[in-house]
Amino acid sequence: MVRKHNKFIMKETKKLLDKVGMEKLLKRLAHEIVEKNKGTQDLVIIGIMTRGAHLAKRLAKFISEIESPGPKVGTLDITLYRDDLSVIAEQPVVKKTDLLFSITNKKVVLVDDVLYTGRTVRAALTELLDFGRPQFIQLAVLIDRGFRELPIRADFVGKNIPTSQREIVEVRLEETDTVDEVVILERENHI
Amino acid sequence: MANNTITWNKKDLLGLEGLTKEEIALILDTADSFKEVLTREVKKVPTLRGKTVVLLFFEPSTRTRTSFELAAKRLSADTVNIASSSSSVVKGESLTDTAKNIEAMNIDVIVLRHSAEGSAHMLSQQVKAAVINAGDGCHEHPTQALLDIMTIRERKQNIEDLKVTIVGDIAHSRVARSNIWGLKKLGAQVTVCGPATLMPRDVEELGVKVCYDINEAIKDADVINVLRLQLERQKEHLFPSIREYIRLFGIDKERLLQAKKDVLILHPGPVNRGVELSVDVADSVYSLILNQVTNGIAVRMAVLYLLCTQTGKK
Repeated sequence: MVRKHNKFIMKETKKLLDKVGMEKLLKRLAHEIVEKNKGTQDLVIIGIMTRGAHLAKRLAKFISEIESPGPKVGTLDITLYRDDLSVIAEQPVVKKTDLLFSITNKKVVLVDDVLYTGRTVRAALTELLDFGRPQFIQLAVLIDRGFRELPIRADFVGKNIPTSQREIVEVRLEETDTVDEVVILERENHI
Repeated sequence: MANNTITWNKKDLLGLEGLTKEEIALILDTADSFKEVLTREVKKVPTLRGKTVVLLFFEPSTRTRTSFELAAKRLSADTVNIASSSSSVVKGESLTDTAKNIEAMNIDVIVLRHSAEGSAHMLSQQVKAAVINAGDGCHEHPTQALLDIMTIRERKQNIEDLKVTIVGDIAHSRVARSNIWGLKKLGAQVTVCGPATLMPRDVEELGVKVCYDINEAIKDADVINVLRLQLERQKEHLFPSIREYIRLFGIDKERLLQAKKDVLILHPGPVNRGVELSVDVADSVYSLILNQVTNGIAVRMAVLYLLCTQTGKK
């Protein structure tokens, strides 16, 4: 598959996960979250729009299968807290944040698909703290691909993947992309 | 509803006449998202930190000016208020000079209200800052129409094929003009109704139906947008008496019995209670007047966001 990504032609070079593999990882993450937090008391799961939000819903479902009642789920759109609004080429679409419960004194697990520079997570942390004062915030990601630009690390990692900066890790989910998979795309030299 | 394919690439918001259907939808979708911010405990996001918005108002206003100021502050922009009565304008400084001097102070957005039609267009060509038209004479008031359309869309989901009747002084109303352009682009059927002396000539050319009988005009309407009667127009002998206007065009409970059961009433404010709207209708379940005010902040946040963060702008 060849597709355009930020004006570059991208070529799919490697498939990292399929539907079954992804489900295994998410179930393992659900177990780790329950174990580390000793249950689901005061636990809330908050996903970062768009794919993190869908992963958060799936994680919450798996967690509720381990321990009932399951955690509340919210979604966070970090567009308004981005640090690159003045430099990026494309104007980001503002999506809806959906956090209808208080997070004060809650154990918050923040969920995103790929952890890369850490800037999205920084924005999410700033935004969350405007919503209340949680007991703590933990970070769960499906893929950690390295190249951090801020001192941020994940508490729960589905899979660590060594990548180069030329590559893009793309998580595709049935909810948004009709298929569950994780692939690596590489920028082609000649357009 | 979110539209991912279109981005904003206009420097200014001068009116709805020059916007496409997709651009109007983009503003409305963005405003939908911003509405949630207004319900948070901390009703403020850091998005426009470091940007400066100047509110340049040459005509009196409470709602629009406060709404723009709150919208800018909710986005963490700084605001400066300039009212003509307390500025150098009284010393005879021209609009362009005033604006250029303000711009020399490194501001990003000018929100302009002025009694002259086309003033915002003129200013937008003279300054690099983004210009938002907050009402230019009898011409356009785009953010008012956008908040009206947002309020309608929230209740009716879709604007396409809706029947909207605008009642009152159409000739002198910038709210009517912006609404007509916006609603027509989104596919609504618009009827205008009012005294013949307050109806602009050739108004049919805007693609609206003209009706001089209020009962006929509201019979099939899904939405009635009631305009404020500018009482000073009576001095210009454009209508004989307020009593006659109330009898012929005022919307009261009794008249509404002939309308659809789920009809929505909008009014841009300030309401002349007992004139264009009876007191019981203004406070009734049909009335969305206060929803309009709330949505006004979300719409203005969306416009400020789109103008300040657009593609290619440093």
